[in-house]
This record gives sequence, structure tokens and C-alpha cells, in this order.
Amino acid sequence: MLTLKQSRRLTTWLVGLAAWSVALLLFFPIFWMLLTSFKTEIDAFATPPQFFFVPTLDNYLHIQERSGYFKYAWNSVTIAFGATGLGLLFAIPAAYSMAFFETRRTRGTLLWMLSTKMLPAVGVLVPIYLLAKSLGLLDTRLVLVLIYTLINMPIMVWMVYTYFKDIPREILEASRMDGAGTLQEIVRVLLPISKGGIASTVLLSLILCWNEAFWSLNLTSAKAAPLTALIASYSSPEGLFWAKLSAVSTLACAPILIFGWISQKQLVRGLSFGAVK
Amino acid sequence: MADLKIRNLQKGFDGHAIIQGIDLDIRNREFVVFVGPSGCGKSTLLRLIAGLEEVSSGSIELDGREITDESPARRDLAMVFQTYALYPHMTVRKNMSFALDLAGTDKQEVERKVSEAARILELEPLLERKPRQLSGGQRQRVAIGRAIVRNPKIFLFDEPLSNLDAALRVQMRLELARLHKELQATMIYVTHDQVEAMTLADKVVVLNGGRIEQVGSPLELYNHPANLFVAGFLGTPKMGFLRGRVSALHADGCEVALDAGCTLRLPAAGTLDVGSPVTLGIRPEHLHRAPPEQAQLMVGTDVSERLGSDTYCHVRTDSEENLTLRVRGDFTCGYGERIGLTLDLDHCHLFDADGLAVARAVRQAA
Ligand SMILES: Nc1ncnc2c1ncn2[C@@H]1O[C@H](COP(=O)(O)OP(=O)(O)O)[C@@H](O)[C@H]1O
Ligand SMILES: [Mg+2]
Repeated sequence: MLTLKQSRRLTTWLVGLAAWSVALLLFFPIFWMLLTSFKTEIDAFATPPQFFFVPTLDNYLHIQERSGYFKYAWNSVTIAFGATGLGLLFAIPAAYSMAFFETRRTRGTLLWMLSTKMLPAVGVLVPIYLLAKSLGLLDTRLVLVLIYTLINMPIMVWMVYTYFKDIPREILEASRMDGAGTLQEIVRVLLPISKGGIASTVLLSLILCWNEAFWSLNLTSAKAAPLTALIASYSSPEGLFWAKLSAVSTLACAPILIFGWISQKQLVRGLSFGAVK
Repeated sequence: MADLKIRNLQKGFDGHAIIQGIDLDIRNREFVVFVGPSGCGKSTLLRLIAGLEEVSSGSIELDGREITDESPARRDLAMVFQTYALYPHMTVRKNMSFALDLAGTDKQEVERKVSEAARILELEPLLERKPRQLSGGQRQRVAIGRAIVRNPKIFLFDEPLSNLDAALRVQMRLELARLHKELQATMIYVTHDQVEAMTLADKVVVLNGGRIEQVGSPLELYNHPANLFVAGFLGTPKMGFLRGRVSALHADGCEVALDAGCTLRLPAAGTLDVGSPVTLGIRPEHLHRAPPEQAQLMVGTDVSERLGSDTYCHVRTDSEENLTLRVRGDFTCGYGERIGLTLDLDHCHLFDADGLAVARAVRQAA
């Protein structure tokens, strides 16, 4: 028989084991991608799969030579930040009015906005393609900024709305009594208080923009193509080059992973410092 | 100067009338308290004055200037909220100077005003702290300080003490009274606590269901409640009520036969008819114990509450009506005994069938 203490320790151990298994299972594809990106194409195809091999940077050099990684990366950065900035510009006022000047239709409007996310994007591909074409926006960063702003808008409004909802309205009313106009109220009181929430919204929007592939593949080709389009360009036309595909995928994922990891600390700090009491 | 004129003010939310026609004048330097049960529309009325809610109809005038549709920022009023509503990301100093900064006040002037307010409220050591590092009482002071630095025409308070513990509440109540005298300011104060209303106010406005029940000085309201609602709302313990009918009329009053089983001759001067139903109100301090042979009323005793200085005896009449009488602290009534009572006839309040007070023949000085 196990004593109580022993059985408790066993439980802890089992839970730990389960957690690690799940974590490893989830992480394995990323790990395998990273590993493959340092293999030669021959090693990459080997059966059984190889864990031990002589690493090489050839794949990375090849990508930089053939495509110019930084052009695509810069496109990704400007598009992601552009769409996020533009999105905030609309999401903050929208969430402000919905959170603090609620009407009978506010709830419905929020749900309706979210419901637009349920439509398949491909359903509007043709009209949007034609629209972009006739406006001369094909293969520009602007068209992706606009599209991304629009597709992320419901999520941004929802997120900012929930953060705003947590702020006692009396604080804003106090600033109104103190003589603040609407803009001053938002900029000098509301935003500083909710900066943690705004930061997480920004982070999520950046990640979503960075990873978006459907519209970037369909609306851009050479000049304005972001990293997702670069990955795709390695996937089929020249046959399957697993090692190069892994290398380009690693390159595409790395910035956002590093960025996420850094800002996570900021985020936690922002959230606890801005805590409203 | 701060003269506020409110005329036929109404406010509804989603078709529900909350404020139903308020007429009120508030004069310069008055301390006015809005008091009434929870949900009667006190906060709404205050927020209408502040400009935080839109008026449905009626008008508000400040010093002869119509401000009904003016934005809160341009009314020159300051408000202290129940939840303090301090800016959590600013220091105490910044919280207090925010309004002046917005108005573009000169730096030295801001500094002077903040220091002055901090001195009055004893906040000097706390100026660099953030609100979350303060206790409830300190936050309350900062909220008041924020109002003081602006030197507004009127201070608006919405239940400012109700989040404080009992001891602090009593202390802050005194401080507010002192502040009112020191600043010679006009203040409007909302509370559901009738003790705060009685102790602080120059003028009490009793609200019920979005209407004004009565306006007057605390003692006027206490001694001459205009109706049953005000009579029952002000005073702890509550005024006792006894049902009865007018049994005879005299030149100087009337005779009332109470259901509780006695007939009293009261100095009432209002218009009453023989046989019309009335309610007699009597406060605990105007009921006295008497030996059975001298008693006007025989009652059964319920529990007693000893407060030290006084004891409140709860008693029940034969007609199942509850009364409370106040006796000396070293005195108590037993439980389940029968005792005799006499009533101070000069201090009995008489209300007609509609609950309105019947004028007394000899009016007591307020
Ligand atoms: N923004 C609002 N929307 C709808 N109803 C409201 C709103 N504000 C107040 N009320 C209603 O108005 C009534 C009076 O509220 P309030 O003025 O806060 O009462 P009090 O301060 O006297 O307790 C309540 O029944 C409340 O539900
Ligand atoms: Mg209230």
C-alpha cells in the first residue's frame, strides 16, 4: 500500500509526465522542421528519418541567394504593422463607443461583426480580386494592409471592447467632469489604463497578419509578397525540396516567435501594472 | 456664486420614467443633501446636474445660465464618486492637477493649488503615490482633493462615504462638514443614509420614486414631516404608526379612536371629517412608560435593544401594530410583559387617508 504522501507524489509525477508528453507532441513538428532545415536534401529524404547528421547552412544560403529573404521579411513587417496600426485606429473608437455608450443594439452589432469571420474567405475572392485589379492595387502592400485590417477588425474590436468593459466608467466620467474632451479622455485616461490589453491586441493582430497566407498568395506575386508567399514559392514548382522548404519556413516563423517571446514579458508587466483598482 | 435652478426635470431610461418632474432651487453656499431609499433616482438626479446623463425634459440653470445641454466639462462642477474613480495610472499629485493641466493653468499656480488642497486634506506625504498604494480613506481624500483644486461652483458627492468602514465614515462626515464651512462652498450630497442627511445638511431633499417628497432643514423635516413617507424615513428608530378613525371634532382639534384601543384628543387643525381614517405617528422619544392606571395604551413588550445611553423597547399593541419607545440606558423592559404607555399629545403626527400630514394647531418651533 502507498502512503498518502507517496500517492500524492505519484500523482504529481504522472500529471507532469502527461503535460510533457502533450507539450512534446505539439512541439515535435516545429522541432523536426528546424532539424530538417540543417540537413542536406538527401538526409532530409532518408528512411528511417535521421536524428544525427552533419549540419549544413547550405539551404539558408541558397534561399538568400535565390530569393532575397529580407525583401520578403520587410514586406511582412510593414504589412503586419500597417494593418495593426490602421486596425487600432478604428477598433479603439468603435470599442470605446460600444463599451461606454451601450445601446440596445450593441450586443447584436458585436455578434454580427464576429459572424463575418464565419464566412469562407474564398467566397469573396473573385470580387475582391477584381476590385483590387481595377483599383490598380494588385501586388501592392497597401491592398494587404487594407484586407488584413478588415479581416482582423472584428477580433480587435472584441478584444479592446472586453478590456474597456473592465474599466469602471466612473473613471472616464471623472475625466469628463475634469474638463477632458472625448479625445483627451481616450488618449490621456483610457489608453494608459488599458495599455496591457491594447498591447495583447496588437500582438495578436501582428501574429495573425504575419501568418496570413490566403490573401497574400492570391493578391501579391513579386513586389509586395510577404514571407508566407515566399514559403509557398518553395513548396511545389521545383518538386519537393524538404530541406529548403524547412529552412524557409524556419526563417518565416523565427521573427514572430522571437517577437512573441520578447513581448510576452512586456505583456505580463503591462497587464499587472495597468491593473485598475 | 452658485445658484442652481431646476425646473420640471424629467429623465427616463428605455421608456421607464426615473426622474418624474423635479423643481428645486439650491442657493449659494448651501449644503444640500438628496436622501431617499435605494433606487429612487438620487444618483440619476445628481448625474443630470453634472451633465453625465442627458435630460429628457426640463431645464437646469446655473447662475442664470442655461446649462441643460452643456457638456460636463463646461459646467464648472466637480464630482466625487462613490468608487472614488481616481486615475489609476497617475500619482496623487497628477490626479489632483489633471483638471488644471487640461485647462492650461500656469505651472506655479497648479503647484500652489495642489499643495493647498494637500495641506487641507493632510495628503502631503502621499503626493507621489499611486492610488492603489492608498487605503480607502486616503483615496476618498484624494477624490475630494481633486474636486477642491478646481474651485468649482458646486461640489457634487454621490454616496462618498458608503465604501468606508463605520469608524472612518463618522470621521469623514465631520471632515466634510468642516470642509464645507472652511471652503464656504456650495455642495450637493447624495446618500441613502438618513443620519448623514440629518447631520450634514442645511437643506434636505427627500426623494422617493423619482419625485421630491419634501424639502426643508433637517429639524423641519424631523419635526414636521409632510407625509407618511418622510415621517417613516427620517429618524432611527423609526416613527411608530397607529391606525384609527376620527371620532369627534372640536374647535381646537379632534378626537381620534385608535384601533389599538384608546381615544386621544389631538390639537389638529386640518380639515377632517368624523369617521375618516387617519394614521397617528409617534416617535420613540415621545412615548413614555406609565403605571396601568394612568396609561393611555396597554401594550405587550417584545425584545429590547440596549445601546448604553438609551434602551429601545419594541412593543406591540393589541391591534398588532409595532411601536418603539426610548427609555433610559439603565432601564429595560422585560420580554412578553404587559406595560402601560402614555403619548406626548403635542408631538403626535396625524396623517389623513392619503398619507398627507394634517396641520397641527400649535406648531412646534422647528
Ligand atoms: N443607465 C441606466 N440605464 C437604465 N436604467 C438606469 C440607468 N441608471 C439608473 N437606472 C435606473 O434608475 C433607477 C434609479 O437609479 P439611481 O439614480 O442610481 O438610484 P439611487 O442612486 O437613488 O439608488 C434605478 O431603478 C436604476 O435601475
Ligand atoms: Mg446611487
